[in-house]
Amino acid sequence: MSMKATTREVNGVIVIDISGRITLGEGCSQLRELIRGLLAKGHKNLLLNLTDVTYIDSSGIGELVSGFTAVSNQGGQMKLLNLTKKVKDLLQITKLLTVFDVHDDEAKAIASFQKSANA
Amino acid sequence: MTFLTLYCRVNAVCGKQRTMTAEASVVEVMLESDLGNVEVAEGMVQRVCVSAGFDEEEQHRIGMAVHESMINAIMHGNKNDRRKHVRLRFLVYPDRLEIRVRDEGPGFDAEKVPNPLESENLLKVSGRGIFLIRSFMDDFRVERIPGVGTEVTLVKRINSKADFNQGGMDREHEGHNAGS
Repeated sequence: MSMKATTREVNGVIVIDISGRITLGEGCSQLRELIRGLLAKGHKNLLLNLTDVTYIDSSGIGELVSGFTAVSNQGGQMKLLNLTKKVKDLLQITKLLTVFDVHDDEAKAIASFQKSANA
Repeated sequence: MTFLTLYCRVNAVCGKQRTMTAEASVVEVMLESDLGNVEVAEGMVQRVCVSAGFDEEEQHRIGMAVHESMINAIMHGNKNDRRKHVRLRFLVYPDRLEIRVRDEGPGFDAEKVPNPLESENLLKVSGRGIFLIRSFMDDFRVERIPGVGTEVTLVKRINSKADFNQGGMDREHEGHNAGS
């Protein structure tokens, strides 16, 4: 199953609901273009909902890092929501759980963007 | 010993054969250097893992190690040259699964691969494949075969529940210490 992504806006935050595989090739390209496109339109607060992501490889991890860096460089924030155990394990062993702001509750995740903006 | 009990063709790009020896059951396939064949390899590794008795979590980890090895072989070893092939070999022993991935490239020094956990590498986009393979397998070796190419061997003990997290980090640090 290839990657699919849809976007919705909640309180000024773009939530990207992703499903399928984020792997070398199509999955990574799609995610890269989506994030770059959102940044180009001025959307700088992104929440990636990974509930239905079944597989991420090293290239997919790299794409998450690339997106995080691109958003940060534009003065925005990219956060992760609802990691599966497999994805969480991957981010843990690669020490990226120390980099990403990870949430299990969408409402609290959305609210965290406001808190960051007000801080 | 009985050799070569099954031979078939898959999509005209690879030959697959199963061999049974007194020591190991062997499944071997020759794959064209096409990234689409990474999924072919994933399908094979899952079937081999099921038959070897690995649980779902281990199947995922071993599958990911093969996924990363296949991508390395096709992209870095064979430089996406479709005239070159990747030999994927599964050897199921009573106590372990050995997976050998051979490409036609010049090889690499695994001990010189930068540690992706170091702070200066943490936000790099690439460079985590070998680390993940080491983290998910019990052993990882790279052998240059003169005139042939490079073969990586991945080993997973059967009935082992090693702490992949700590094990992978330990081996990574050992490798860097040895190389420094």
